[in-house]
Amino acid sequence: MSQNTLFDKVWDLHKVADLPGGSSQIFIGLHLIHEVTSPQAFGALKDKNLIVKFPSRTVATVDHIVPTDNQSRPFKDNLAEQMIDTLEKNCQAHKIKFFNIGSGSQGIVHVVAPELGLTQPGMTIACGDSHTSTHGAFGSIAFGIGTSQVRDVLASQTLAMNKLKVRRIYCKNILSEGVFAKDLVLHIINKLGVKAGVGYAYEFAGPAVSALSMEERMTICNMSIEGGARCGYINPDDITYNYVKGRICAPKKDNWDKALKWWGSLVSEIDAIYDDEVEVDASKVEPTVTWGITPGQSIGINQRIPKLEDLSLDDQFIAGEAYEYMGFKPGQKIMNTPIDVCFIGSCTNGRISDLRIAAKIAKNKKVSPKVKAFIVPGSEKVAKEAKNEGLDLIFKEAGFQWREPGCSMCLAMNPDKLTGDQVSASSSNRNFKGRQGSPSGRTLLMSPAMVAAAAITGKVVDVRNLI
Amino acid sequence: MGDNFKTPQGKITRISGNCIALIGDDIDTDRIIPARFLKCVNFDSLGNSVFEDDRKDLNGTHPFDLELNKGASILLVNSNFGCGSSREHAPQALMRWGIKAIIGESYAEIFYSNCLAIGIPCFTQEKRVIKKIQEEAKKNILSFEIDIAEKKAFSNKLEVDLLIKESSKKMFLSGNWDATSILLNNSLLIESKINELPYVNFNANNL
Repeated sequence: MSQNTLFDKVWDLHKVADLPGGSSQIFIGLHLIHEVTSPQAFGALKDKNLIVKFPSRTVATVDHIVPTDNQSRPFKDNLAEQMIDTLEKNCQAHKIKFFNIGSGSQGIVHVVAPELGLTQPGMTIACGDSHTSTHGAFGSIAFGIGTSQVRDVLASQTLAMNKLKVRRIYCKNILSEGVFAKDLVLHIINKLGVKAGVGYAYEFAGPAVSALSMEERMTICNMSIEGGARCGYINPDDITYNYVKGRICAPKKDNWDKALKWWGSLVSEIDAIYDDEVEVDASKVEPTVTWGITPGQSIGINQRIPKLEDLSLDDQFIAGEAYEYMGFKPGQKIMNTPIDVCFIGSCTNGRISDLRIAAKIAKNKKVSPKVKAFIVPGSEKVAKEAKNEGLDLIFKEAGFQWREPGCSMCLAMNPDKLTGDQVSASSSNRNFKGRQGSPSGRTLLMSPAMVAAAAITGKVVDVRNLI
Repeated sequence: MGDNFKTPQGKITRISGNCIALIGDDIDTDRIIPARFLKCVNFDSLGNSVFEDDRKDLNGTHPFDLELNKGASILLVNSNFGCGSSREHAPQALMRWGIKAIIGESYAEIFYSNCLAIGIPCFTQEKRVIKKIQEEAKKNILSFEIDIAEKKAFSNKLEVDLLIKESSKKMFLSGNWDATSILLNNSLLIESKINELPYVNFNANNL
């Protein structure tokens, strides 16, 4: 059993009680909600005659269903309008802070909370969204929950949970030029598998991780869940503290000094005991692209799609399904695969640094006439910053559509969808069958730089040749 | 399903019903209930849309459309079932279609805890055993009686040992799987915990 890791320290601090049956009651320091997974939870509170116990520990925004072309109200889609309306009413009735469209701070919940300084080291954070693992980048313990658990957090600010094991993923050396956090995490998921993380928290460590910016660290932790791990985290350091400092919800003055001291004490000890440890060589990672229907089915840009016999017995069934669905032949190259749609955005890669690198590649070039390409900033703040830097103009001049913030085509709950069997190059996190809104649509996951390169050339290429 | 549907309540000790075999690893929650059906403010109408796209694709031959599986309530799955999104809409859709228990090789973590929270026991067994009962259920109607305390499933011909987390087993047997009231029993402890947390203190009035 793990000892003296950040996970152990944060877990122990937040434990309220042992529950009958053997699970633990864990206090949730920050609860984030959005329009999709909260209405039924508020409904259940009402049915049970319960109140929100600590309204100031829940923060709301709207992201999944918002249109990205025209955000004026009422939304054209009646169901979407009903969902945002329900969230507005619930927040008002329960005195929950809501960052609505036009507030200047609306956006994808996992982009918004860090940029407001709400996300801090040492917290427990829960949200009815599996990519809540993103917040672990700050050294918090953050995980996705379902709607019944959203109800429990609203009612009690706690959850019934079993303690996770801790696996350290030590990333030695550093990423080479033109290779990004997205490539590293896709590589890790490929090596360990999409179910290896079940029952574990992932601690990402080593020089390759320490060298990453906060936004890149969020990309890594965001995709922990794609490797089966409900939460992933990185020990906080000066990069973390510098990111948090000065943000609107960050500790101020004397409190900042208190916070720094406490945060430093949370870091995993040198002699910490892990339930498992694995090592990855970051210098060997290439720009990585998925070819299948799980985020684990990826290869380096110069590799070939694996043949059935190259895969373990456990991976063969889903590989067979993937060849058929994607229309790829075993042994085929991924390089030069034609692309129909390019999407840059999402809680994985919709932050300002993602837009900067994509703009660098798109500058003074034109989107291939065969491609529909669009940029969806992760939040109103990201959009504002990008406009200040003129990135929106670079994109528009190159032929990208510049959209309003939201989850958009990562899960296609709004009007942004693939049609037919279109192939998409996407900076998002899931390439599941039908994920981007068409039951036969095909998704290739890659870094935002690689998506920008695909937009310009109309096919999957090695972005290192364009930088 | 439909008007007669009632959510489970209280102690869950035995579940009996016909099995439905669904073959495949890594079946994600987008497949169980595609995102477009998440545009709702309650779960009531999800049962009809379970596996919507997979079923359309298979044109009547999907396990959820076969005559053999009509009225089935015990789902037999393979590994990493329910991976992906945290949407509780996935187990809610299965439950509203008629599923009361799941037996499989393994489950994604959030899916498992969602099932626990709404009263669907998820049992595990090794690949070989799952494959055998799936084969059986594909050929003929396989009716199981599951005894949660004994951790066994019985049919006329078969007796299958099942595995379940001890904490989950206790929660079903005691009725404590519906956690809210259990959590609220510790209200005083919760209130003292919030005062122990350094960040609650140093972040006061920041928002």
